[in-house]
Amino acid sequence: MGKLISGAEMVFKALEDQNVEYVFGYPGGAILPVYDELKNHKKIKHILARHEQGAGHAAEGYARSSGKPGVAFVTSGPGATNIVTALTDAYMDSIPIICISGQVPTHLIGTDAFQECDTTGITRPCTKHNWLVKDVNNLSKILHRAFEVATTGRPGPVLVDIPKDIQFKKGKYVNFKNNKKFKRVKQNQFFQKDIDALIDLLKKSSKPIFYTGGGVVNSGPEASKLVRELVSITGFPITSTLQGLGCYPGEDNQFLGMLGMHGTYEANNVMHDCDLLINIGARFDDRITGKVDEFSPRSKKIHIDIDPSSINKNVKVDLAVVGDVKEVLKLLIKTFKKKNPDFEKSNKQKISKWWSQIQKWRTKNSLNFINSTKVIKPQHAVQRLYELTKHKDTFITTEVGQHQMWAAQHYKFNKPNHFMTSGGLGTMGYGLPAAVGVQVANPDKLVIDIAGEASVLMTMQEMSTAVQYKLPIKIFILNNQYMGMVRQWQELLHEKNYAESYTAALPNFVKLAEAYGCVGIQAKTPDELDEKIKEMININQPVIFDCLVDKHENCFPMIPSGKPHNQMLLGPKDEEKEEVSEEGKVLV
Amino acid sequence: MVKSKSAYSVAGKQGKLATHTFVVWVDNEAGVLARVVGLFSGRGYNIDSLTVAEVDKKNNLSRITIVTTGTAQVIEQIRLQLKKLIPVHKVADFLSSDKKIIYREMALFKVVSSLKKQEKAKKICNKYNSVIIDKTNRSIVLQVTALKNDIDKLVNNLGPLGLASVSRTGAVAMTKGAEVFK
Repeated sequence: MGKLISGAEMVFKALEDQNVEYVFGYPGGAILPVYDELKNHKKIKHILARHEQGAGHAAEGYARSSGKPGVAFVTSGPGATNIVTALTDAYMDSIPIICISGQVPTHLIGTDAFQECDTTGITRPCTKHNWLVKDVNNLSKILHRAFEVATTGRPGPVLVDIPKDIQFKKGKYVNFKNNKKFKRVKQNQFFQKDIDALIDLLKKSSKPIFYTGGGVVNSGPEASKLVRELVSITGFPITSTLQGLGCYPGEDNQFLGMLGMHGTYEANNVMHDCDLLINIGARFDDRITGKVDEFSPRSKKIHIDIDPSSINKNVKVDLAVVGDVKEVLKLLIKTFKKKNPDFEKSNKQKISKWWSQIQKWRTKNSLNFINSTKVIKPQHAVQRLYELTKHKDTFITTEVGQHQMWAAQHYKFNKPNHFMTSGGLGTMGYGLPAAVGVQVANPDKLVIDIAGEASVLMTMQEMSTAVQYKLPIKIFILNNQYMGMVRQWQELLHEKNYAESYTAALPNFVKLAEAYGCVGIQAKTPDELDEKIKEMININQPVIFDCLVDKHENCFPMIPSGKPHNQMLLGPKDEEKEEVSEEGKVLV
Repeated sequence: MVKSKSAYSVAGKQGKLATHTFVVWVDNEAGVLARVVGLFSGRGYNIDSLTVAEVDKKNNLSRITIVTTGTAQVIEQIRLQLKKLIPVHKVADFLSSDKKIIYREMALFKVVSSLKKQEKAKKICNKYNSVIIDKTNRSIVLQVTALKNDIDKLVNNLGPLGLASVSRTGAVAMTKGAEVFK
């Protein structure tokens, strides 16, 4: 019989077994025994957030930028309910998070005790799985299983709810080993014949498109390399979802930019007119497809995904390959190269017409905007930020709204795991705490949260975390005093009734930065923008950058509701603009 | 065209509805039924009937039978989403018109009426191997095991005879012959 240890100690032993280095959290009554144990485990560093939601998003940022699971500690009741947003966010964007929550002692469960809530009940629909621990002797097994569930298959959040008495109780710790007895999800359910069928479709196509998503990032850096190789040996064009940005170099000629509601004109027209659509690790989200009935009407569709329930969920596909992107692409490329050497050259003729059509669409220059010498255009600000930071290994997070779309459109990503944004849930307030997590995982790198002034106020308190741990994150606020995306929709869809989308009493962000003990910078005109951005980059402290931008700029191009991909609204520079936008107002 | 004020896409055409019976083998642990039911309510699927009980004490397994109605796409999603739940071991999807599958549902009928009407009620139920569970001068409780549609009919027919209370278990299902669902 081994030595008996407390439940609290088991938590740390399990984290050590999994090589966890950082935990994001916030203490409270029901998780105090665990915090009491922290001092005995020097290898694990705790980052104290200022709100449990912040701890959750920081764990997400850590996970997304490092490829390792993020861990969060919260207390019972409000601690647990506060992290629900972050768990749901991680669930939607498939981010591995292990949340350990304290619970009131077992004998008080169900009595409406102080800070009691039905944590497993509340988090059941927003986690891959959760556990309420009732016996300390099951705790170690549950913790190992929690890590396994969070990180295998389609990743996602899990929660382990540990009553306070279980944290005190002593029991036997079972070491982590790759326990075969666990029901292992069969990740790869594809065969050589699926790959052969896929190659057959690739060879037949004269209008192909690769459409890649977050699944490529989740499959690890090797998957991105394989995507690049596949695009190179086929000569096909590629577009990416918001979550997939960075898997393929943003400035490469074969890359058509992001697709979807605010995607480029060329990417969306390619999606509409293609004869073969190869979805790699994306999920046919409604921001991508628009009206499903008219989505890519003439194409054969291939879907490569690790999650069988993603197949045919929104769009019916002709060929499904269920497996880890990396494994599928490995076999695909190996088979393809063996049977079709020099395909890129020999096939060039076949898809040349397709490429010249794409060039025509490209001349629309759909990300264009009318720049100004008087007021900073938000797109210009993102472009300058990109130009001044692209030589560095820069990590970008965002909040949610117009600035998020401008970041996706105008910042060019070249590496996976470098763009962290809340896509599925669309959580305003995600970017600042996520940047905290990213900086923890990448201590010497430049981490910038491209933010909006409305979003960033939702989790502003985490600046205090950044200051405490000397995390030099840069909060680059595109300040237009409006909830920009809300205002844009009100302008286009609700007869310019700007109900409650204007924030009349914004704080002075420079003074706010100083109050937090970091640096505030404000840029008012295009002339001073570059100098101020450079100043920001050179400060080795957290910075709040208040970039005052045009208040009325809208995010274009845009697919209006109920429209197929080939009927986009373009920006003000487009000559048909007046006509299109009048018509658009009737249509949307 | 109706003017949409939403930035969401408009709903597409709806497919044909069909009734399916799902049999789900799960670990008999706390909260497992809530996970299954929560999946249905959270994703907007229907539950026509649901029944659950432990079937294997040694391996701690319960068997859940759910009758549901949906389009082909929804039915496929239900199957795949159920399989993703951690405590779920296997999922069988039976079409309700499948002749290779046996379906049964049990019902208890309490008829409160005169002896004459009670006799009539007994007669109506006889066709389904009914059993008299309880009887007084004023009332009779009949147990019937039959298909869902037959029980629906019985409920209608017993109504005028003083049907005072109905209790139904919901359908259970099993494959015919020596075959066992794997």
